[in-house]
Formats: sequence, structure tokens, C-alpha cells
Amino acid sequence: MSSALWQLTLTRLRSFVREPSAVFWTFGFPILLIVALGIAFRNRPPEPVDAAVEAGPGAEEMRAALAAAPGVKARLLPAGEARAALRTGRAAIVVRPGSPVTYEFDPTRPESRVARLVVDEALQRAAGRRDPVAAVERQVAEPGSRYVDFLVPGLIGLNIMSSGMWGIGWVIVEIRQKKLLKRMLATPMRRGQFLFSFVLMRMAFLVVEVPVLLVFGRLAFGVPLQGSFALLSGLALLGALAFAGVGVLVASRARNTQTVNGLINLVMMPMFLLSGVFFSSSHFPDLMQPLVKALPLTALNDALRAVMNEGAGAAAVLPQAALLAGIAVVSFALALRIFRWN
Amino acid sequence: MTDLAIRCRGLVKRYGSEVLAVDGLDLDVRRGECFGLLGPNGAGKTTTVEILEGLLLPDAGDVEVLGSRWTSGATALRERLGITLQETHLPEKLTVEEVVRLFRSFYRRGRTVDEVIALVQLEEKRRAWFEKLSGGQKQRLAVACALVGDPELLFLDEPTTGLDPQSRRQLWDVVVALRAAGCTVLLTTHYMDEAERLCDRVAIVDHGKVIALGTPRELISRMVGREVVEFAASHDGIDEAALAGLDGVHSVRRMASGFALTVDRVHVAIPSLLALVEAKGATLGRLSTHSATLDDVFVALTGRQLRE
Repeated sequence: MSSALWQLTLTRLRSFVREPSAVFWTFGFPILLIVALGIAFRNRPPEPVDAAVEAGPGAEEMRAALAAAPGVKARLLPAGEARAALRTGRAAIVVRPGSPVTYEFDPTRPESRVARLVVDEALQRAAGRRDPVAAVERQVAEPGSRYVDFLVPGLIGLNIMSSGMWGIGWVIVEIRQKKLLKRMLATPMRRGQFLFSFVLMRMAFLVVEVPVLLVFGRLAFGVPLQGSFALLSGLALLGALAFAGVGVLVASRARNTQTVNGLINLVMMPMFLLSGVFFSSSHFPDLMQPLVKALPLTALNDALRAVMNEGAGAAAVLPQAALLAGIAVVSFALALRIFRWN
Repeated sequence: MTDLAIRCRGLVKRYGSEVLAVDGLDLDVRRGECFGLLGPNGAGKTTTVEILEGLLLPDAGDVEVLGSRWTSGATALRERLGITLQETHLPEKLTVEEVVRLFRSFYRRGRTVDEVIALVQLEEKRRAWFEKLSGGQKQRLAVACALVGDPELLFLDEPTTGLDPQSRRQLWDVVVALRAAGCTVLLTTHYMDEAERLCDRVAIVDHGKVIALGTPRELISRMVGREVVEFAASHDGIDEAALAGLDGVHSVRRMASGFALTVDRVHVAIPSLLALVEAKGATLGRLSTHSATLDDVFVALTGRQLRE
């Protein structure tokens, strides 16, 4: 490596690690997000069904029968209060004793439909119903299927995107705005080396960024890595190159950091929402799917998730890898053509 | 090989259709001299220098730097130049030593990092971050970055603007030492004392043109004379015509209050001035004399003060 390229890369690394806020946003913030979201969406034991029993003859016996059943919380309430509890969601169902027993519930609320089945089952069983078919239960929790398992690869992808955009796009424009770029162009420095130092800087950080999130996810939440680490690293590298290219592209014309701020947000915001960082991109309508799938962050997240959660091999993530490589090549080529050197 | 470090003819640069920043400027800078481009803000100094440095393209004109043109072999030419811009924001969180090492890495040959830091007297600050340096230290570091390639030609664009007197003198020492070591220096400034102190020759620039050229002494004696007498008198009978007729008076200029006379022999001019005042029955409000400076040259040439 030429000495100038080495010194330029060192300059980038030093400027970064000596800026505490930059270090926090790159390394600390994603970890905080994993902790916060991992706790908020942790897997809990199934919620008990909230049933309100309307006061009246036979109501207390009915409440006792329901309370004895597993997974049911029953309260005895006057008629008016029971209805109010149903309306405000404090109860999923109102049971009115009598013959026949009346179930009042809103069938559009999933927990009410569940309550209707569970309450009926408990009452029928207490009245002596027997099952004609014998059945046993085996409860499973598939590794890699929890929300935090979904989240960690998404955050790795998000981090690769945002450090590329801010760490390259914003920093290049800052250097241009401060006329440091002009000062360096007044030396025999080669332009290609200046840009390439940013790519090298990103690779150096990738070596830290990705393992930090993987190890933290593993230690704190037991997030598994089903596939190969080498494949995951290769995908992260392709993702970093794609976003390095997009970062240089957004920086190629902007004269000041306010402009590039806007451009970066314009590029990142749609991917932040559409590319399946926090929730699956399959929620979007079929009409939008071709667009969603064409976004580099969607490709990166889908590929990272396939490797981490499903143990996918290289062949399975080839389309995403090809998309990322293509975006890297096209964005770099375009950026070099239009780059504003002075 | 030509003995000119810089030769430029008919330089023109427009910004948009309105502003004519450089208007047919000619310049010859000899090898080994310290040459000053003098002028007020907006005179076109920086634009001229940036064209010479190959950072701006002129709209018209011919530029030759160290015998080469920017149109061919620009990188090779850059190896032989040292440049400081008017304001330099170096990486804030890099130390003096790291910044110098970075710039040294761009050149194939040149001074060592230690040599350059010693040249600008920043040894004690070598581990300090750029953002922690004083204005004068920052400016000396900027000069250090221009010296790493051991340049044949050094450009300094307003090197001491905004610095305190002590920092200015420290920077002047650096320039004097470089000049003594045979480096050609082109500096721009709007400080006339700086030009008189450092420059072998100066060109006074106004509205994008060279309006006077020579050594500082030559310009002063040619344009102004040796001494300037300023006074205020309380009488309408004392006017330009009367003053111009006095012994030893070169020229007369009316100021906001009173007059400025440029004179060759102050010991002749003052008595005849006093005699005139007495003859008219006027009284003197104030009277002062000073040696003529490049400031007076600029005023004589343009009728304006230099720093407005």
C-alpha cells in the first residue's frame, strides 16, 4: 500500500475514533437499540384470558369454574361495569349466566375470539364434557424465530448503511466545505487514493462493527448464527461497498453539509421504513414489493437474515449479493463522473 | 531554462457575467526573490494566485510556472510547489506531527517531518491537536504543510491576516529564512509593512490589474517622495494651489480634515508651510510628519485608503 494511501486512511481512522459522538452512533447506539427493543418485545408466557362474569343468579359458581381453568382470569362485575370493561379492553369477553349462557364479545378482536373458545371450553369441561379424541401437547420455541433474532441482522444492515452514508458522504462534504479538499488538491496527492481511503476506512470499521453486534446479540439474548461466519462477513463487506458507493455519490456534488444532510436522509428514510429493519418488509402490498426488493438495504437485510436465522448457503443469497455488488459498481462509477473536486 | 519562476500575460477571470476579478494582469516573478502582491480586499489577489497555483482556470491569458504550464504535467509541477490557502482548515483532531506526516506522504521527495516542524518552530506543539493551536500556530502549521516537498516556489496567500503582532513576526522569520535559503516566494497581503519588510519587489493590484511595480523603496520615492506632512489649518485661504507652490512640496492632497503634503526635504517644506500659515493669519490645528510608506503609495495611486 502506498504511503499516501496509508496516511489518508490513518487520518480517517484517527478523525473518527477521536470524535466520541461518532463512535457512539456507530457502536453504542445499535447496542442500545438491541437492548431496548429486545426487552420491549421479549417473548412472554401467554397472556391469560380476561373474562368478566355479569352478576346474577349462578354467577359466583360460574366465576369459580372459570378461575379454576388454566389461563383464565375471571371477575364478577355488575352488568353495566362488565360492558364497560369489554368496551375499554379490560375484559376480552363478558359471560352472562343463564340458560343458555350468553357470550358477549367483539369478533374482530383476536384476543376476544380466543377468549370465546377458552371460556367455552372451561365451562363445558366443568359441566362434564369429555373429549372423544385423546390428544397430548408438545410446546416448541424454534431458535431464530423470536423478535430479537429478527432484529439483530436488521440492525447490522442498518448500521452498515448509516455508517457508510454518514461516515463517507457527510465527511467528504465536510472536507470539501472546509476547503481541506482544495488544499490537498494543491499537492501531488492522487484523487483516487483520497476516495479509496474512505473505502479502506469502512472496511477497517466493519471488522469491529459486525462482530460487536453479533457477540452482543449472542451474549445478551442468545441470538444464533446458523450459517457460516465467512458468508455473513462477505455479505457485510458487499453491503459496506454498496453503501460506500452511495455515500460517495450523495457527496459528489454537495457544497455544504446541510445539503448532504438532506440528501442522506432522503436516501436513508425510505430504506429505514421499507427494508425490513424493525418489521418484515413482506407487510407491504404486493404492488410495492418489486420496489422494496430493489432497495440495497432490503437485499442486505434479507441476505443477513437468511444466513443468521435460516443457515442459508451462498447460493441462496446470490441474488442479493449480486444486487449489492451492482449498486456498488454503478454508484462509484457515477460518482467519479460527476464528483466536484473544486 | 528561464530565470523567471512565474510569467503570466493577459490574465482574465470573470465570476458570472458581472464580476471581473482579474482584468488583463501581467506578472513576472524572478527565481529566488520574494515577490509581494499588494492590494485591498477584492482586488483580485487571491483569484490571481489560485490561477497561478493551477486551482482555477483563467478565462484568458497565458501562465507559465517554473517553466511549465498547467495544461501538461500538472502533478510533476505540484511536486515543486508549496501552497498555503487564505484559510486552511486542517483535520481538527490530528496532531501537528500527524498533519505534517500526511502532507509529506503526498510528495515523492522532500524534507523530513522533523525538519519541517523545526523550520516553523512547532517542536513543542508536535503532539497537540490542530484545533488546540493558536491562530499563529495554525498558520505556521499551514506553512509547514507547504514546505514538506522542499518547494522551489512557495505561495503564501495572506499568511498573517488576523494574527497578533508577535505571531506575525514569527511567521516573517520563517519567510526570511526560506528566502535566504533560495526559495522563491510569492505572497499576497494587504499589510504594507509586511510587504516592505519581506518583499524584494511588489506589485500593487487594484480592480484586477497591476497599477504599480517595483521595489518598495522605488515605489515610495517615485510615487510619493520621502516624507509626508499632515496638518489642519483654520483658514480658507490655504488651498491646494498655495500649498503646491511651497518649496520642496511634491504633491498636495486634501483629506477629510486638513491636507497631506508629500515632500522631499522636510526641513525646507515645514518652514515655508509655517510662513504661509502666518501670512494668511491662520492657526495650525495639528501638524505631523512621517516617512512615506506603501500605504501612501496606494493612496496616491487610487485616492483610497488600502484597508477600507
